[in-house]
Amino acid sequence: MLEGPDIHRALTRIAHEILERTRGASDVVLLGIPTRGATLAHRLAERVAQFEGVKVPVGSIDITMYRDDLRLGPARPLGKTDVPAGGVDGKTVVLVDDVLFSGRTVRAALDALNDLGRPKAVQLATLVDRGHRELPIRADYVGKNLPTAKSEKVKVLLSEIDGRDAVELLRNENEGAGK
Amino acid sequence: MIVIRNARILGGEPRDILIANGLISEIGAGLGGDTVIEADGLIALPGLVDLHTHLREPGREDAETVETGTRAAAMGGFTAVHAMANTSPVADTAGVVEQVWRRGQEAGHCDVHPVGAVTSGLEGKHLAELGAMADSQARVRVFSDDGKCVSDAVLMRRALEYVKAFDGVVAQHAQEPRLTEGAQLNEGEVSGRLGLTGWPAVAEEAIIARDCLLAAHVGSRLHVCHVSTAGSVEIIRWAKSKGWNVTAEVTPHHLLLTDSCAEASPVGPYNPIYKVNPPLRTQEDVTALREALADGTIDCVATDHAPHPVEDKETEWAAAAMGMIGLETALSVVQEAMVETGLLDWAGVADRMSVRPARIGRLAGQGLPLEPGSPANITLYDPAVRTPVDPTAMVSRSRNTPYEGLTLPGRVVATLLRGRPTVLDGKLV
Amino acid sequence: MKHLISAGDLSRDEALLILDTAEELARVSERSIKKLPTLRGRTVVNLFFEDSTRTRISFEAAAKRLSADVINFSAKGSSVSKGESLKDTALTLEAMGADAVVIRHGASGAPHRLANWVRGSVLNAGDGTHEHPTQALLDAFSMRQRLGRLDGLKVAIVGDILHSRVARSNVLLLSTLGAEVTLVAPPTLLPVSVERWPCQVSYDLDAVLPKADVVMMLRVQLERMNAAYFPSAREYSRRYGLDRDRFAKLHDDAIVMHPGPMNRGMEISAEVADSPRSTIVEQVGNGVTVRMAALYLLIGGENQ
Repeated sequence: MLEGPDIHRALTRIAHEILERTRGASDVVLLGIPTRGATLAHRLAERVAQFEGVKVPVGSIDITMYRDDLRLGPARPLGKTDVPAGGVDGKTVVLVDDVLFSGRTVRAALDALNDLGRPKAVQLATLVDRGHRELPIRADYVGKNLPTAKSEKVKVLLSEIDGRDAVELLRNENEGAGK
Repeated sequence: MIVIRNARILGGEPRDILIANGLISEIGAGLGGDTVIEADGLIALPGLVDLHTHLREPGREDAETVETGTRAAAMGGFTAVHAMANTSPVADTAGVVEQVWRRGQEAGHCDVHPVGAVTSGLEGKHLAELGAMADSQARVRVFSDDGKCVSDAVLMRRALEYVKAFDGVVAQHAQEPRLTEGAQLNEGEVSGRLGLTGWPAVAEEAIIARDCLLAAHVGSRLHVCHVSTAGSVEIIRWAKSKGWNVTAEVTPHHLLLTDSCAEASPVGPYNPIYKVNPPLRTQEDVTALREALADGTIDCVATDHAPHPVEDKETEWAAAAMGMIGLETALSVVQEAMVETGLLDWAGVADRMSVRPARIGRLAGQGLPLEPGSPANITLYDPAVRTPVDPTAMVSRSRNTPYEGLTLPGRVVATLLRGRPTVLDGKLV
Repeated sequence: MKHLISAGDLSRDEALLILDTAEELARVSERSIKKLPTLRGRTVVNLFFEDSTRTRISFEAAAKRLSADVINFSAKGSSVSKGESLKDTALTLEAMGADAVVIRHGASGAPHRLANWVRGSVLNAGDGTHEHPTQALLDAFSMRQRLGRLDGLKVAIVGDILHSRVARSNVLLLSTLGAEVTLVAPPTLLPVSVERWPCQVSYDLDAVLPKADVVMMLRVQLERMNAAYFPSAREYSRRYGLDRDRFAKLHDDAIVMHPGPMNRGMEISAEVADSPRSTIVEQVGNGVTVRMAALYLLIGGENQ
């Protein structure tokens, strides 16, 4: 659905939008949701630094312990939570995830963030918005809107983890298994 | 007149056995009688004799009674059992042994020969009135503090000497008490891993060695209860080679099970169904015990049938009672451990489960050859079937069998006590 | 993983998953809000038949930080001391709907038995002289934290091995994780078949110390002296105690551990216990995170 250059362009655009909407990103903290959201957060931070020379604090926030579907499967291994030294109090936190789907992950991330401190504002950036929201949540920055069937699965591949950049759409019998 | 048709006496060719007035009157072919017991394919053994049974009466009738215990005995093919003395009150007087003996007569499922305590109250301090028990109606010849060891060397010497007067025998529960304080499981690899206090083999062997020497010194008869270690076998073999009057028994469970059952079994780790005194030992010990039973170093199999109510076993290991029931499975376990392995034939089984125990217990009418003139104490056994052990199907009042989850060979089809069937078609009469 | 009863039941991957999870959870203890919502609505019962305030509090803190409801069931003064059996106690807990039962019991194997009678997960918090798997996990966690690795680490465990559940669990876990364990004790305090355990054995502490990366001192109970396991406290301390002179034989990066409670002056001198190379205090804190990890991994997922 998306190739490497598409992803590159989308992230560049999001980085510009963040700079624009947060007036220079001076109080922004980028927190990625592991695993791929954390990688994307780092890429965004690099671009922001490139464009404006601003060094945006970047980290990750694991939401496993806040999930509402823990009881639907075996206990999952935890991802990394890595809050930049300055913390989140009074900051504009931009949550970064690869795919926005039901909104439940973001809901969990908001809860997790709440236990970490009190940001001035929280925004959401996502590479792909595939629709089918189950909660009143929307993204502030979207790389690409991808209309999908609910039974399909959207897979984001990133070179740091997967060896190449791509977004793939998989037909999946397993209802609701995708993000 | 009962005729048993086509029974294989001690596993031999099919013969008919004619029974009249409680005695075997004729053995031959084509015999007729009023009542016919078809025994095609069944093996006829002299009625089994157990030197070591806990009937729990008086005192623990919730676990077993003379009635229920002797039913279990009959179902297991036994025509005589020795009822151990560790009841409440202890069988240490003529009064108590006569009561047990009478209850056995009333029940009528098999002969009950009470064992007298060696010391009053099993306390290991003073000799019980051994002579009075010997002279009582119960005619006690076997004396034992079983469950406790007569550990005091002087007291043991006196007991051995004293019973000579009436041809008695002291059956020693060989367990050095200091070496087994708090002991839970055979001391070895498994006890170390499980963190259960070890029960060293030497605690048994040291007492057996001492008692053999004492028996030789005073020229008396010693019987060693439930031999469980390879070392004990060596000591008994040595004592017998000296010509000393030492006999020994082994339990079915020590012929089949090992201490590894406490760690891994069909009923889970630390299941106290395997907790027993003496403890289950190692595979090397099992092998040595089987060989010793085969070569006669160990004279006989004795069940140490030890019933316990469910609540005494459904606990943590250390809190559980020691012992397992065994009357109803004894012959099957011996078939599995000794016959299927080629170590004993059926004549050998008859010798170790009937002839020799009757001789050790000085039972005149038991353990005699199946021939005309002998009392018709007969066990008919089908060695061809294999069935899963079902604790709920047992007639003992207790259910603490260690064989749940195993499939064992053989089935007692009929038991006759002086010509009277106590079990027919595998059911109590 | 359904239960955590023996460290020997853990595969290398499972053991590492617990340690890695604990490492993430350790950060929670550093935040101002030390609570996670993960086990909301789950019930953890602390079933303690032996007094052990330290272990009970550690499990309680772990469960509460994960938002579980905690019921403390102390055997003292309860129906248990009036003769109620372990099985009846188990059935009571079952009726309360315990998702996990943390059991400390004086009888080896009690957690195995309990697991037959309850549907929830059983966590062994020390059974008789058998095992104490969460202690071994927190010890391994502390070693990895200090020394950065477990594989190839040389660990000496010194003291009453025979009666030590900590030693049993540590030998099993550390050998699974690739550490090389040497047990050091007088021969009377070693199990008879210890040579078959996955570790080395020595009677000579001085010979072992220079090679050790970790020295774990076990508590020696004075009643062992009365049972003639060794002649006197003084002789024990002289031969097997970790004092200043012996401490000096350790290489510079080696650490000293003790599961507590300590007999200062007996198996360990106060000076050694309070040295910066002692992990004794951080072991306590690590206990909470490791137990959080164990609770999460056992009952955080679907009902089994």
